[in-house]
Amino acid sequence: MSVDVLSRETAPPPSASTLRLQFRRFRKNHLAMASVWLLALIVLGCFFGPYAFPFTGEDADFDFISAPAHFQWPHLFGTDEFGRDLLVRVLEGGQVSLTIGFLGALVAGVIGVLYGAVAGFVGGRADGLMMRAVEILYGFPYVILVILLSLLFGGGNLALFAAIVFTLWLTPAVIVRAQAQSLARREFIEAARAGGMTGRQIVLEHIVPNCMSVVIVYGSLLVPEVILSESFLSFLGIGIKEPQASWGNLISSGTSAMDSDLRLLLLPGVLLALVLLCLNFIADGLRDAFDPNDR
Amino acid sequence: MTLLESRNLGVGYRIPGTGLFSAARMLPIVHDLSLTLDPGRTLGVVGESGCGKSTLGRALLRLIVPSDGQVLWQGEDMATIPDLRRRRAEMQIIFQDPVAALDPRMTLAKIVSRPLATFEPNLSRKDARARAVQALEQVGLSADFADRFPHELSGGQAQRVGIARAIVGRPKLIICDEPVSALDVSIQAQVINLLMELQEKMGLALVFISHNLAVVRHISHDVMVMCLGRVVEQAPRSEFYARPLHPYSQALMDAVPEPDPRREKGRVGTALAGELPSVLNPPPGCVFASRCPKATDLCRQTRPELRTVAPGRQAACHFIEA
Ligand SMILES: Nc1ncnc2c1ncn2[C@@H]1O[C@H](COP(=O)(O)OP(=O)(O)OP(=O)(O)O)[C@@H](O)[C@H]1O
Ligand code: SF4
Ligand SMILES: [Mg+2]
Repeated sequence: MSVDVLSRETAPPPSASTLRLQFRRFRKNHLAMASVWLLALIVLGCFFGPYAFPFTGEDADFDFISAPAHFQWPHLFGTDEFGRDLLVRVLEGGQVSLTIGFLGALVAGVIGVLYGAVAGFVGGRADGLMMRAVEILYGFPYVILVILLSLLFGGGNLALFAAIVFTLWLTPAVIVRAQAQSLARREFIEAARAGGMTGRQIVLEHIVPNCMSVVIVYGSLLVPEVILSESFLSFLGIGIKEPQASWGNLISSGTSAMDSDLRLLLLPGVLLALVLLCLNFIADGLRDAFDPNDR
Repeated sequence: MTLLESRNLGVGYRIPGTGLFSAARMLPIVHDLSLTLDPGRTLGVVGESGCGKSTLGRALLRLIVPSDGQVLWQGEDMATIPDLRRRRAEMQIIFQDPVAALDPRMTLAKIVSRPLATFEPNLSRKDARARAVQALEQVGLSADFADRFPHELSGGQAQRVGIARAIVGRPKLIICDEPVSALDVSIQAQVINLLMELQEKMGLALVFISHNLAVVRHISHDVMVMCLGRVVEQAPRSEFYARPLHPYSQALMDAVPEPDPRREKGRVGTALAGELPSVLNPPPGCVFASRCPKATDLCRQTRPELRTVAPGRQAACHFIEA
């Protein structure tokens, strides 16, 4: 039989990688893109806005105690009962809430992804034990955990952060583990082992990159979850402590003054709601663009 | 010297216990399997679906750790080869589902060159890429495929990439696990011919696993027939096809519809009548007894040993007269 080496196949015109296609699809989603811009605006506002004012959110202005919102320089939205500028406090509170949100989601995500990828790839008894541990942690009451960790770390932001990460890495771990399990059965993993790759290399070079779609979608949902739980804990008084501001404790003090002065609640509340909405629209857009089911 | 040899190889899968602390059980799949393969030769392995062909192929490369017996690579016990990871350059595998065998997130250049990072760690990235492009060209894919992704390929092209990845480290053996059964008939011949051409150029030995007797006839020097994880017949190709001795081999032959190529995609086992015994509960006697037209009580109670029935030919049946 003759061998057809001469009829070498030439490639069709190039197309983009799946990841690039998915981002292209995301960019066509107007609601999600508008959310990206609005979110970017809020983030920039929180981090750079306070520099425009001649005081910080912790400086009391005794000439203006509980000033109403009259939209006049310098206290655009008035001050609180200690004479601190409300807008600046809300922006600075946003720095705290957003930082904890994104950093917490990042840390929880990285831990969860690695844990899940290893469990799903290794399989067998190790996987069983690892997932049993996750189940046990799931059952652990959240608020009690925070209190315990506050005792452990002597309170403060670190305890809060640790508690948030500690509870939120579980779900990404479970999601990635399922994905890793189905990937581990694919033949390219077998090929990788035949190519001499170690288990660690396979997890990092094959399993994790192939979980990226799921991770991006889920990670975008994780951010609002972290922000919300920071706000919730601060609202309960076991999160960020006065005088440091966060959206949670601002809303909390705004709620107690709700009857006399709604503005103390509205400004942080509306910003938090906007950020959560934006993040959810972005997550939706990412899911539409990345969901492997409708590829 | 013999390239690859297995001695009384036994392979099974660990089935996790139902509870967390209940013991795992071993589900034996391949039993007492011995074979030898010389450099540059092709051993065809045929058998029904589920008889353990893929399990054998993986165990021969120690991608599954055997539960019993030994695999020798050029006379060395694989279990004790130091730094087997790097030695894997010499022994490669290609798969039935060519698309699933490629990481969808990697370019073809990356897929093909990745093994070199392990096998030849001193190679620069640029040289590794050049080797990958060269390997792609050897399998008939032009250099402009290098930066493409697997989803842009047809099945036949994907299998070529799998072959390129296998040959990039200059192996001595490739295990071909049903490499063409997922491909269109028109593409099958191209891939088979490519394998034979590479075999000739590189002096490759092949273990060619297939349920397609016609393809095995075309490519193999020797044929091994498996039934339920055991070898039932082993013979040189032309003798085997001239006159299969084991009733199971004969049944497989009869099940092959001769010239109609479209039927080749059908599994050989489908035309075998009778109940296939479960791997969970293997029969004590002959593995083929439940379906063999010549079966007797002896067959059902005592397992026939694999014995030499003619020069160079072995079979496991009580009633073969050479
Ligand atoms: N990872 C696994 N765990 C448990 N059992 C397995 C596993 N892989 C395969 N098996 C079982 O081992 C047996 C042999 O499987 P194997 O894939 O080796 O068969 P095969 O001859 O290659 O079949 P096919 O022609 O369908 O590819 C089957 O009964 C299968 O269910
Ligand atoms: S040993 Fe008996 S059952 Fe088995 S193949 Fe031979 S005749 Fe058939
Ligand atoms: Mg198979």
